[in-house]
Amino acid sequence: MAYECNGATVEADEEGYIIDISAWNPELAVLIAESENIEMGDDAWEVVNFLRSYYEEYQIAPAVRVLTKAIKKKLGADKGNSKYLYELFPYGPAKQACKIAGLPKPTGCI
Amino acid sequence: MEEFEEAGPEIVKRFMYVNRRAPYGTIYAHECLEVILIAAAFDQDVSVVFLDDGVYELKKGQDTSEIGMKNFSKTYGALDDYDVEKVYVEKESLEARGLTADDLVIPVEIVAADKLGDIMAQQDIVLGS
Amino acid sequence: MNTMLHLINKSPFEKNSLDSCLRIAQSGSSVLLLEDGVYAAVANAEHAAKVAARVGDLSVYVLGPDVAARGLSDTPLIADITVVDYEGFVDLVAEHDANQSWL
Repeated sequence: MAYECNGATVEADEEGYIIDISAWNPELAVLIAESENIEMGDDAWEVVNFLRSYYEEYQIAPAVRVLTKAIKKKLGADKGNSKYLYELFPYGPAKQACKIAGLPKPTGCI
Repeated sequence: MEEFEEAGPEIVKRFMYVNRRAPYGTIYAHECLEVILIAAAFDQDVSVVFLDDGVYELKKGQDTSEIGMKNFSKTYGALDDYDVEKVYVEKESLEARGLTADDLVIPVEIVAADKLGDIMAQQDIVLGS
Repeated sequence: MNTMLHLINKSPFEKNSLDSCLRIAQSGSSVLLLEDGVYAAVANAEHAAKVAARVGDLSVYVLGPDVAARGLSDTPLIADITVVDYEGFVDLVAEHDANQSWL
């Protein structure tokens, strides 16, 4: 599949993860989020940006358990918990947020 | 895997992953790292060993921009987040390569060959690459 | 006599490619260390003495991008080993009559 963003075509795999992570931009993130029925409010952006910086530092998209723990460490327990993250990303915070963040499917996600 | 998160306690086995290959010449090192991260989701008792050319996986300062491969040395820094806390490096392998703990991307426990043999003998499952 | 370029892309700790090459290579020929072969160029590692003993008699080169990838850019290499980039690699291949890959 592919996304059409600002007149450009961005290729994605059959699950909607973009192929070339350097093709990501915030407009594309909003577009991917729309296709997942997610509205990109500040809280959703915070998680997406967190994932992008995690990827930048460690070169992987973390599994959900790891993401939750890492967010807890960085942003506190009121955000670093499953309930909060699943409210933002109902179909799985790691899977959906990674897709929106333009990252590959999380490592440790089978 | 997300639905497994709340699964109850199961029998915990001791897994050891033995890394013996240099990072980019072959795919072994990267594949082994992926296996470790995937297996870490199963809450087992995991330890990771670097010996022989495997110690080169942890060498600081890797820059793969000119060889068109991902610099996965950065990913070892995430092992702690994945609850992989036991990381051993064989002393003899480091010394043969003129390396010290300061040359490595993450803090590790440096152990001599005989001690490493003891640790290995305590494992339920040992996987090599 | 043909001029030879010897290519070593295996770690000296793992394979005997380096040893065999150093045993066979004639004076005046060239050796390029690349991929995992670059570990043979590190000055304070186990194999350094036997490589250093042939530098001069052989022209020894190491591929820079592979050195950088392995985190060895700031690591002292054996004296008088020349670092080359991909263009230098191509030049070496072109300058020699034949090459042997010690796989």
